[in-house]
Amino acid sequence: MRCNCYIPSGCSVSGIMSESGRRQDGNAIIKSITLMHDRANGLGGGFAAYGIYPRYSDLYAFHIMFDNIAAKERCEEYLKDMFDIVRDEEMPTRPGGAYEGVTAGRYEEEGVQPITDPPILWRYFMDVPEAKTRFVSDREYVVGQVMEINSEVEGAFVASSGKNMGAFKGVGYPEDIGVFYKLDEYKAYIWTAHGRFPTNTPGWWGGAHPFCLLDWSIVHNGEISSYGINKRYLEPFGYRMELRTDTEVVAYLFDLLVRRHKLPIELAAKVLASPFWEDIDRMPDRERRIATALRQVYGGALLNGPFSIILGHSRGMVGFNDRIKLRPMTCARKDDMLYMSSEESAIREIAPDLDEVWSPRAGTPVIGELDEGVA
Amino acid sequence: MTSELPPEFIVKIDYNMCRRCKRCVMNCSFGCMHFTDRVVPEHKLCVACQRCVTFCPEHAITITKNELAYKENANWSPETRQNILKQAETGGILLTGMGNPRDYPILWDHLLVDACQVTNPSIDPLREPMELRTFLGRKPDRLEFVESEDGEIDLATEIEPQVRLDVPIVFGAMSYGAVSLSVHRSLAMAAARSGTLMNTGEGGLHRELYPYSGNIIVQVASGRFGVHSEYLNTSAMVEIKIGQGAKPGIGGHLPGEKVDEDISKTRMIPVGSDAISPAPHHDIYSIEDLSQLIYAIKEATDYEKPVSVKISAVHNVAAIASGIVRAGADVVTIDGFRGGTGAAPMVIRDNVGIPIELALAAVDQRLRDEGIRNNASIICAGGIRNSGDMAKAIALGADAVVIGTAALVALGCRICQKCYTGNCAWGIATQRPELVRRLDPQVGAERLTNLLTAWSLELKEILGSLGVNSIESLRGSRERLRGIGLDSQTLELLGVKPAGVGQ
Repeated sequence: MRCNCYIPSGCSVSGIMSESGRRQDGNAIIKSITLMHDRANGLGGGFAAYGIYPRYSDLYAFHIMFDNIAAKERCEEYLKDMFDIVRDEEMPTRPGGAYEGVTAGRYEEEGVQPITDPPILWRYFMDVPEAKTRFVSDREYVVGQVMEINSEVEGAFVASSGKNMGAFKGVGYPEDIGVFYKLDEYKAYIWTAHGRFPTNTPGWWGGAHPFCLLDWSIVHNGEISSYGINKRYLEPFGYRMELRTDTEVVAYLFDLLVRRHKLPIELAAKVLASPFWEDIDRMPDRERRIATALRQVYGGALLNGPFSIILGHSRGMVGFNDRIKLRPMTCARKDDMLYMSSEESAIREIAPDLDEVWSPRAGTPVIGELDEGVA
Repeated sequence: MTSELPPEFIVKIDYNMCRRCKRCVMNCSFGCMHFTDRVVPEHKLCVACQRCVTFCPEHAITITKNELAYKENANWSPETRQNILKQAETGGILLTGMGNPRDYPILWDHLLVDACQVTNPSIDPLREPMELRTFLGRKPDRLEFVESEDGEIDLATEIEPQVRLDVPIVFGAMSYGAVSLSVHRSLAMAAARSGTLMNTGEGGLHRELYPYSGNIIVQVASGRFGVHSEYLNTSAMVEIKIGQGAKPGIGGHLPGEKVDEDISKTRMIPVGSDAISPAPHHDIYSIEDLSQLIYAIKEATDYEKPVSVKISAVHNVAAIASGIVRAGADVVTIDGFRGGTGAAPMVIRDNVGIPIELALAAVDQRLRDEGIRNNASIICAGGIRNSGDMAKAIALGADAVVIGTAALVALGCRICQKCYTGNCAWGIATQRPELVRRLDPQVGAERLTNLLTAWSLELKEILGSLGVNSIESLRGSRERLRGIGLDSQTLELLGVKPAGVGQ
């Protein structure tokens, strides 16, 4: 399941997080992203949700898309060799499902746009056999398997591969995708969403956002103009960029910097959207030393071009912009809730009464973290 | 034996315009202009250096190629025939100066740069920050941090010495001896003003230039001329010269007549003695030996300066560069076959080595494949003619580029290729005091600074059109290049897609 077309995107993003770990169903995030209907064009929508599989929270939950039965069989053959499959099942969906509510920008005469012609969607709850991880950590092992399936198993695509989380994405408007995947029946403490406007090609199911690896998920509005060097920077570390879309490098860069190089998230964000030298030169000594070293060592990981990105992971949510803020992002807080969105209206739509609303400065990450002690 | 060689150029003087001021006679350092009752050129001695043409107040002089009416022959060009005549008369190796002039494909001219439209906005460098700052030196693969008791995060990784460049252009290695002290002075001043580096070449560093130590690469070559502890430490970076693009595998020879008092002191050799650089370093016969020298230099400089190793672009350059990085070099300088020289056997200059574009692409990819690209910076030398070449070199993977010939042209050089004669009319490749005086280092420094400023502005325009605001996002980003008129194998070697193909 590979796409030969590069897809720059317009898009909308939205994210909701309860820092106290309260889980809520998918209706709010659908409502929020629906308000930005016009920012998408029906060629891709998707959601990431954290905390949805509490019963299987120790197992890797793989959401996989297959072009056909043969691909599924090939892939399962492979999975059986590599994992202990504890449970597998078809993803619950509403075939032909569509958002019935009022949608800004969708004209009545157009009618609803049900999701049709999905690939085979299956989910697997799997454990990593101990024998396989004698020489690598189990997360490293899972990354290797995801890379292998996405690039070597024809017709199969791993949409997400983390624990107690999942990606729900496809071709269509995000609100319809949300209804199709029955997100109203899941409960999560972090929801992120994406509405897509690819400008020159039909989308494909695997190419919709979020992009996920382990428990990292990325929704992204913009275009990574530095994709060429980010890709070449990642390749020697074993990442394979097979999706031909710029967003995947962001997920892999976070995986490299935070999981493998153990950088704190704030510093990882400083690598991806680094401060300008003129600002670094004015920093106090310790900070200047750190910022200079980050740019010297991780220059290949600098993201350039317009973007606003929401990163989800099991312990939190991070929103950030490119260095000169060429894409919009507004953040807000209400009690334990943190909101991020392309537009303030999409936050007000679900939380009209807010404690605080602000537009983060260019390149400055907004970091939401689960309270300590919340499992 | 009287020479049968016809003159290469014809000097035409318009006697109606000539005021007989004799300025051309004074300016010609090759002895071509005589004055009887009027100026009489001796065509055979003209090298087309354009000095007389430039300084004739009446613009009465034109120099044209002597179009010899040889019987046409695609195989036996006039040049080929004349070279045979020269060798028949002298029995010697043909000497020449400057870089390879032959009509090999210039791959820079077959590469095109991308630009933004609609979905990713281009950036206006006049309104937004546009960053060119570059650091040369070995970087670790990753950084580690420690958290102090009060929760402050600090850097735990010690980073090896880095040299900061404000523009990703350094001046090429040209030794004092091959070029005049005026050239060295101009280069040092311009490097200091522009925040970059000049390179001493293999002839040591004149004491007058010691104050510029922060902007100087000191070279250690096979002759070890002028190398001493203070010299090594009067620098931003030390470079071991293994090879030179114009003459891979060949040493150097500064004739004794150029070795005056000052050069003698700088090179630490007697006045009037030939300075001969052997082809190899006689203490480097293997990669282990190179490693020893690298670490000997690091010891001598207290591990405070990056050490660069300069090699010429030869067939196996990628593997050699990888070995050099593993041997401890912090910077690899690759010099392509169009790189300049003060003197080289023509047969070597014109036939040995490979284009820098291919060598650079191969080295950058090889270091990435081996996971050691971060361990060394790559400097690309040999045939960088303008900021477009520079941008393409950086996109192929260079951290910085070298300009040697371009810098000399800025100082007045007209690329007449007679550097080895010591008669340079522009005061560049000469030690004759009356000629050296022609190059005012203040003026030279200003012209060089202007050149670097102009190229920086142009590079910022290119970055802006690419929608990125930092040089890191261009470096190695071959996705932003496309090839035109290149065969598929060359494209593959360059790691570049053909024009017309999207991402």
